[in-house]
Formats: sequence, C-alpha cells, structure tokens
Amino acid sequence: MSTTVDMFRYVRDENVEASPPPNLARGPIAWMRENLFSGPFNTILTLVVLYLLYVSIPPLVEFLFINAVWTGADRDACRAETAGHPVGACWAFVIDKINYFVYGSYPATERWRVDGFFALLAIGVVWLLWLRAPRRDLGAVYFFWLFPLLSYILLTGGNWDFRDSFWIGFIVFSILLVAGIALAARALKTSMRAGLIVGIGIVAVIGITLALVEIDWGLEHVPTALWGGILVTLLVATVGIVFSLPFGILLALGRRSKLPVVRLASVIFIEFVRGVPLITVLIMANTMLPLFLPGDMTVDRLARPLVGVAFFASAYMAEVVRGGLQAMPKGQYEGAMSLGLNYPQMMILIILPQALRIVIPGIVNTFIGLFKDTSLVAIVGIFDLVKTIEASRIDPNWAAPTISYTGYAFAAFFYFIFCWGMSRYSLGVERRLAAGQRH
Amino acid sequence: MATTMTAQHIPAAAVDPQAEAAVQMIDVHKWYGEFHVLRDINLNVRRGERIVICGPSGSGKSTMIRCINRLEEHQKGRIIVDGTELTNDLKRIDEVRRDVGMVFQHFNLFPHLTILENCTLAPIWVKKMPRKEAEEVAMHYLTRVKIPEQANKYPGQLSGGQQQRVAIARSLCMSPKIMLFDEPTSALDPEMVKEVLDTMVGLADEGMTMLCVTHEMGFARQVADRVIFMDYGQIVEMNTPDEFFRNPQHERTRLFLSQILH
Repeated sequence: MSTTVDMFRYVRDENVEASPPPNLARGPIAWMRENLFSGPFNTILTLVVLYLLYVSIPPLVEFLFINAVWTGADRDACRAETAGHPVGACWAFVIDKINYFVYGSYPATERWRVDGFFALLAIGVVWLLWLRAPRRDLGAVYFFWLFPLLSYILLTGGNWDFRDSFWIGFIVFSILLVAGIALAARALKTSMRAGLIVGIGIVAVIGITLALVEIDWGLEHVPTALWGGILVTLLVATVGIVFSLPFGILLALGRRSKLPVVRLASVIFIEFVRGVPLITVLIMANTMLPLFLPGDMTVDRLARPLVGVAFFASAYMAEVVRGGLQAMPKGQYEGAMSLGLNYPQMMILIILPQALRIVIPGIVNTFIGLFKDTSLVAIVGIFDLVKTIEASRIDPNWAAPTISYTGYAFAAFFYFIFCWGMSRYSLGVERRLAAGQRH
Repeated sequence: MATTMTAQHIPAAAVDPQAEAAVQMIDVHKWYGEFHVLRDINLNVRRGERIVICGPSGSGKSTMIRCINRLEEHQKGRIIVDGTELTNDLKRIDEVRRDVGMVFQHFNLFPHLTILENCTLAPIWVKKMPRKEAEEVAMHYLTRVKIPEQANKYPGQLSGGQQQRVAIARSLCMSPKIMLFDEPTSALDPEMVKEVLDTMVGLADEGMTMLCVTHEMGFARQVADRVIFMDYGQIVEMNTPDEFFRNPQHERTRLFLSQILH
C-alpha cells in the first residue's frame, strides 16, 4: 500500500492474491462478548432478559410437566387434596376427552371415516406442498376435485337421492353446454375439437361428481350438527385457505381492472367485507343467507360459516395480492405486452408468479390469521376445537382447579403446531426460490 | 466496429424493400392529461430502413416509438404498422405486437424465468410453436448474440450487456419485421456498450427495419439511413446522417449537437 501513497507515478507489476480476512474471534466466549455483553446497555438488557426467563420458565415447566397428572379416570386424580401432591396440568383430562376434541359428537362407530378424511387431507397437502413430489399436476386435480368429493362422501355418507327427472335435466343441460361451447369456439375461430374436448370434459367432471354423490356406498348419514372438534377446525381452515387464494387473486385483479364496473364491484366487496368484523360476517352468513335464498332451499348450518369465512379471507387476500401486483415494475408489463402476450397470458405467466412470490410472507400471514380465526365459528353454534374444550371443561366429572388451564394449553399447543408449521414451510419456500434466482 | 456475424437467417423485411411503408405516422398527436407530448408527427419508414432518433430528454422520442407498438396510445392522427392501422381493436394491437420487436433501456427480462425460457415464452404461447422448435430457434438467436452458454442461467446472474443481448435475442425469436430500440445502451456500464451496439450493427447489416432512440452518434453515423432530431414533442429536423452531423439546419439541432459532441 505504502508504495502508492508517496509516489506520483505508479504502475502495478504484480497482482495481490485474495486472502482470508484477519483472524476472526471464534469460540463461545468471544461470541458471548460480541453478542450479549458488547456494551453497558446490552449487558443490562442481557441480565434483565435472563432474570425474566428465570422467573417465568421454571414455574411453566413445573406446571406443564413436573407436577402434571398424566393418568386418571376423573377429577380425583387432579385435585391436590385427593391426589395428595400439588397438581399442575391435568393431561389425564385431555386424554380422557381426546375423542371428543378430535371428532366432536361424530358417532363412535363411524369415526374411522373422519380418520380417512384426515389421511386424504394429509396426502393432498404433502402432494401439493412438497416441491419435488412426482406429478404435482395430478396432485392439483386430486386436491381440488377428488379430495373434496371423496371427503364429502366419506363425512356425510353421500347417497343423495336424485329423481330420474334430475338426470334427464342433467343430460339436456350437458348437450346444451357442449353445443354452446362448440358454437362459441366456432364464433371465436378457435379449434372446434378443443372446444368439444373442453365441453365434454366439464360435463364428465360434473357427471362423475353427481354420480358418485348419488351412489349408495352403504355409509350411514351423519348430519353436520354432530361434527366437531379438530375435524371442524381443519375443515373450516382448509376451505377458507383453498378458496381465499383464487378468489383473492381475482378480486385483486378486478380492483386494478380498467373496466369501472368490475373495479367498483371489487372495491365494494373488499371494503365491505374487510370493514366488518368476522363475527358479524359469520352471524350474517348464518341468519341472513337463508333470507336471500328461495324459501324451499336450505343451506346446511355448517356450510353457512364456511361461505362466510371464505369471503372474509378472500377480501384480505385480495389486498395482500394487490400489494404484490403494485410492487411489480411497469417494465415487466411492457416487456410482456411488447412480445404480443395477451392479458391472461401476461398475468398468468409473467406478473402473478412474481407478484405472489413477493407476497408469500403476507399470504402465509393471512393463512395463519385465518387458521386461528376459525375458532370464531363457535359464535354461530359450530363445535370447533375451542368450543369442544369449552364444553368439556365444565364437565362436573372433571371439576378440578387446573382443568380450564389444561384445556386452553392443549388448544394453544394445537394451534401453535399448525401455525408454526405454516411459517417454517413458507420460510423454506422463500429460501428455495431466492436461491434459484439471485439478483 | 466491424462485425463478423454471418447472415444465415434472412429476415422477412429484407425480401422486398420496394413494398409499402413499414411504419406510417400521419398527423399524430398525443397528450398526457393536459400536456401535449407529441405534436404533428409525420413519419414514413420504408422497409429495411434504419432510423436513429435523438433529442433532449422529455422531447417525446421514446413516446413516439412506444406508440408504434401501442405501449402508448395516440389520441389524434393515424399510425399504420406493416399495413395494419392501430385502433382500439385489441386483436389488431396483438397482431402488430407480434411483428414488432422492442428492446428497452432496462432490458425488462423476466427475472423468474431462465434465459432460454425468456426466449421461448412468446413463440410457444403467442405463435403456438412446439416447445422443441422454439428452443432450437432460441438457441440459434442466443448463439447469434454470442451467449448460448448462458441459456440456463437466470437474468439476475448476467451482466447488463449480456442481459441486453438476451433481450435482443428474445425479440428476434418472434421473427419481427420491425425492431424498436428505446435507449438500449443508456443503462449499461461503459465497458458493455460496444457488445450491444455490435449486435445491433449486425442486425442492421441484415436489413432489419429499425427505429432506434439513442445518443450513440457513432452508431448513427455507421448504420442510420436517416437521423431524426426531436424537441418539444415535434420532429425538428430529419436528414441523412452525413448532412445531419455536417450541416445541421435548425438552430436547436446545432445547439444540441454542440452539447453532446464536445
């Protein structure tokens, strides 16, 4: 270095090879000095935090594990005076009630059907979320068509009784639909064959769905009033998550549309649903939805909050997605347009993949919020996990001082596992995508 | 700036230079709100003609060429591209965009797709070309811009000059009849300007119809058939490069040239 400082003319005659930086301090003591005690303020902070941990962690561990009661048949096991020792969490209560927490009042002999639903759900989730899973396109077909259909049959029993007149109506409708699509294809000067294939495909999907629902599988009918617990929580969350993303994307695109009618409709929907508490939406869905429908038509009492939750989540999702769309540089639109891509192609191939990637944290944030908000369906009389715990903790058989805490701790544990899982998964996806294309 | 590229592929534009105009702009006006950005633009571009457009910033030169593929809408006058008049008809706009390639100042590559996918996307989705054929075409043009080895990287892993050459290759994959360049070298590091200009010279040598907004006066002298100077949204002066640089007529042109050719 010194050579260049006091010289007026200089020409380099050798390259300086790259070398490692001067020895970095390593080892636990160096780490602690650097990260925990690097100054008086940080030292004080470290000590305060250590004190708070000392105050809070041991009693928590003592309550949840050391003094916890793991076995027992009724309240005597969990009362200090009968058990003869201090009692913490009463896990025996959770173990005793676990079937109610998982299945609600679903008939005991039919609970294997709920297990089947959990298994189908797990297959679908792994297939879609595992990025290197084989045939993820088939996975999407499974998750968005086969899985809901099979779950519906499995959980309710299916065996709808269509009259013959219904099937005649369906056949007429199918012929009209196929003919209509073929004519539209002709009018738009696109391939007639493709139009026919699409039309027949749609009819086949609807037909198979209806036929499967009509077949008597020999499953006993279980009304939704009996469903409850984790079954309902997962069902509401899944429906909300699955519907909110596509609807949210459509609403976000609608809000940025150049057509005033579309834009206005999207804005009104988003602002109205977002400006109202979820509880209100649920109560409205529960009591007002039947008023809008023709008199002889009833909507299942579990389906009503499902619709409410899906709408509510869509409005939030729309704003998250809009944030991503707004972050896209104008040049991406112009690049796509200059190549002759039309609007749907530009959105699906260029804009949305990038915009959604930007807002993965926001999307997962909404999912996590939605997952926990499902506990509000209890307001309209649906027995989700929290409601089953609420109902069990006042059971006189288990009247003991720590029963309520134990029940809520169990709920907290359940929600935390799922939300933390979603959060970790999204971090993993972000990291993977970031590794693919560094800027 | 000699180029060593050989012309294996003859663009459609070179086939019949006598045919009708590639681009016609007749009495074109455009406003941004109250602001009159383009005023009375009249321009006829013959097939195979190379035109360089220069002028101070805000003079409307970018806006003018962006009107040719309807990234900007004109409010008065007529624009006819390759025999198709630009109106609100979306089908016609798509038709024109299929035949008009555009290269931007900031490349506008798609960062989530590889170089090869950037090049094959439009042929596959717009021209319905089979994937294999589209990949062959893409590799052909990537070889032409001398970066076939980068095909499986992402745009973010390439230098600015390489990205701009990919952008040119991406446009060429659609076999355009007309190429628009909007300050293609303005965002590049000085060391990378030449590689992009070389590519453009090669394209010009093959007879591509080109409209190029640039301040690279060396490039203008070497390849342009006509140089246009714009100011205040108007075409102020238009001449062969020889006359334009040697003997500018308008006072504003003289001032501009004295500013940039120090």
